[in-house]
Amino acid sequence: MLQSFCPITSRQTVGANIYVLSFRSPQIASTLQPGQFVNIKVSESGIPLLRRPFSVYHTDGDDIKIIFNVIGVGTKVLASKNVGDVLDVLGPLGRSYNVSDGYETAVLVAGGLGVAPLPMITKSLDRRSKVLVTFLGARSRDHLVTTFLENVHTATDDGSEGFRGTVVELLRSILSANSFPQPKIFGCGPNVMLSNLSRLAEELSIPCEVSIECAMACGIGICQGCPIEKVNGEQKYALVCKEGPVFNSRSVLIV
Amino acid sequence: MVDTQTVIGDLILKNPVLVASGTFGYGDDCKDVVNINQLGGIVTKSLSLKPRDGNPPPRIVETASGMLNSIGLANIGVRKFIVEKLPYLRTTQTKIIANIAASTIEEYCIVLSMLDEEEGIDGYEINVSCPNVKEGGLSFGTSCEMTAEITRRLRTLTKKTLIIKLTPNVTHISEFARAVADAGADAVSVINTLVGMAVDIRIRKPKLSTVTGGLSGPAIKPIALAKVYEVAQSVNIPVIGIGGIMTAEDAIEFLLVGASAVQIGTANFIDPAASVNVADGIVRYCEQNKIESVRSIVGTLQASKELSVVRSWQ
Ligand SMILES: Cc1cc2nc3c(=O)[nH]c(=O)nc-3n(C[C@H](O)[C@H](O)[C@H](O)COP(=O)(O)OP(=O)(O)OC[C@H]3O[C@@H](n4cnc5c(N)ncnc54)[C@H](O)[C@@H]3O)c2cc1C
Ligand SMILES: Cc1cc2nc3c(=O)[nH]c(=O)nc-3n(C[C@H](O)[C@H](O)[C@H](O)COP(=O)(O)O)c2cc1C
Ligand code: FES
Repeated sequence: MLQSFCPITSRQTVGANIYVLSFRSPQIASTLQPGQFVNIKVSESGIPLLRRPFSVYHTDGDDIKIIFNVIGVGTKVLASKNVGDVLDVLGPLGRSYNVSDGYETAVLVAGGLGVAPLPMITKSLDRRSKVLVTFLGARSRDHLVTTFLENVHTATDDGSEGFRGTVVELLRSILSANSFPQPKIFGCGPNVMLSNLSRLAEELSIPCEVSIECAMACGIGICQGCPIEKVNGEQKYALVCKEGPVFNSRSVLIV
Repeated sequence: MVDTQTVIGDLILKNPVLVASGTFGYGDDCKDVVNINQLGGIVTKSLSLKPRDGNPPPRIVETASGMLNSIGLANIGVRKFIVEKLPYLRTTQTKIIANIAASTIEEYCIVLSMLDEEEGIDGYEINVSCPNVKEGGLSFGTSCEMTAEITRRLRTLTKKTLIIKLTPNVTHISEFARAVADAGADAVSVINTLVGMAVDIRIRKPKLSTVTGGLSGPAIKPIALAKVYEVAQSVNIPVIGIGGIMTAEDAIEFLLVGASAVQIGTANFIDPAASVNVADGIVRYCEQNKIESVRSIVGTLQASKELSVVRSWQ
């Protein structure tokens, strides 16, 4: 984990209220694993006070990218940043997806901006030995961001693109109609979606890793503010920022 | 060279800046981003006899210039601390203060005695004031007699520096400070978090699982300053100022109103190096103002006694 001061190198709007910020951070870019996150101090003014965590969306040479939509004060400030502004960034943080072994087909599943860690998984897969299939769900066509992804099946709540319904329903129908060699699911999205996804994975006996979001104060394991209940084990809770954000879906209770 | 040495009981701190309990883990998480050897000391997360899971989520919520927490003293327990954390802490060149929390007087005594057998602990800070634990905790801290009794009992068990951390959630904090000073405490830490609450109006539910929690951060600094001022006027033992300190300027305000040292809490979450930056900033302030020793500015607030808050309130 490093604290670095990163100049913003580009800012793009990629969908309805959806932004991608790139900033230069050679150290983070060179060591980052898919699913890890950065904790960004969005403002020097103290408003908001706490850092905001974001999955790393992509790396490009010395640059790393994040993707976000404006939902509150922190993301509003971030969206108003300009090229050249410097961000105070802590990272890379947390435990990554295990993309290396134990499966042949990587099944990537995301709801909404849960898409954030998927490009890094896509990028890191060894194509000689792995097959890749991606499922992406969002409210509507304007909320789907498929850049950097491959072999994408889409679902929208309003049916404006792809399957009408949730991404987990889409996944269920495709998994039941096709057989993929030795699949493993990599999921990210809102808790409701992840909890449905975990249930499906359990039902079909497919290994599944999910990336969980929750409120964080420090992001580095010093405040004890980010617990998630474990299914079993010595301790009742795991810290999402340190032992996660990626967990085996069977090891935690997603509520 | 500015003389930054600070004395708390038998402890000589290399500078007056410590990290506050519960906001820096056990001192080993931030090795990469902050050199703890540049700090006056480290106060550990509150240690209890048995490991504690802590409260269910959500445990934190941001509020205007602050945050509420209801961690519930989640900690690894004193045994695991001794085995897994203390060996690293022994290798550091800073003072290690073990913070202790318990729900009975006996438990405080057992935990302190266990720690007192170990090498590498320089002093104790007693948390009689956590607002997030129903049994013990705040109810101890809000009873002047109990707080004094805990202090008396622990005093007989150790020769090391004994600091009592006071809660602001009482009517007259200075009564508590006087009681623990009389009972043999070497110093008092002022303040722990203030009881607070936040509501999600969409679902008409509290934003914390425990309904209320402890407020910290810049929002509480004016209150903390007033409490430190009040306590410093009423006891002769050193006061450690805590509450919303983000910068060296904030810390100097605390020194001026009578704190001998300060602790940095919530600021660590925003910048893990905040404490070291505060220590550096205090030196710069002294250099710029031709102050030779940090000790010389403690309690030098220029205030008219007749108009002081403490007087008018008593
Ligand atoms: C490990 C991790 C990775 C993350 N990665 C990303 C990412 O890649 N892209 C991204 O956009 N966000 C991501 N987030 C969430 C992101 O940190 C929050 O969206 C952000 O904190 C919101 O900040 P804000 O200041 O804009 O909103 P706030 O002002 O803090 O909140 C505004 C309102 O939105 C609610 N809210 C807060 N967070 C969320 C949430 N996650 N979902 C729904 N409602 C919420 C709050 O309760 C509040 O009512 C991640 C979170 C974690 C823990
Ligand atoms: C997340 C969090 C956890 C805390 N845990 C403890 C604790 O275990 N024991 C304790 O004595 N104080 C604890 N505190 C209180 C702090 O040590 C400090 O007294 C308080 O936060 C005020 O300082 P600040 O505004 O600089 O944070 C905690 C505070 C926070 C924010
Ligand atoms: S956010 Fe502080 S411990 Fe996880």
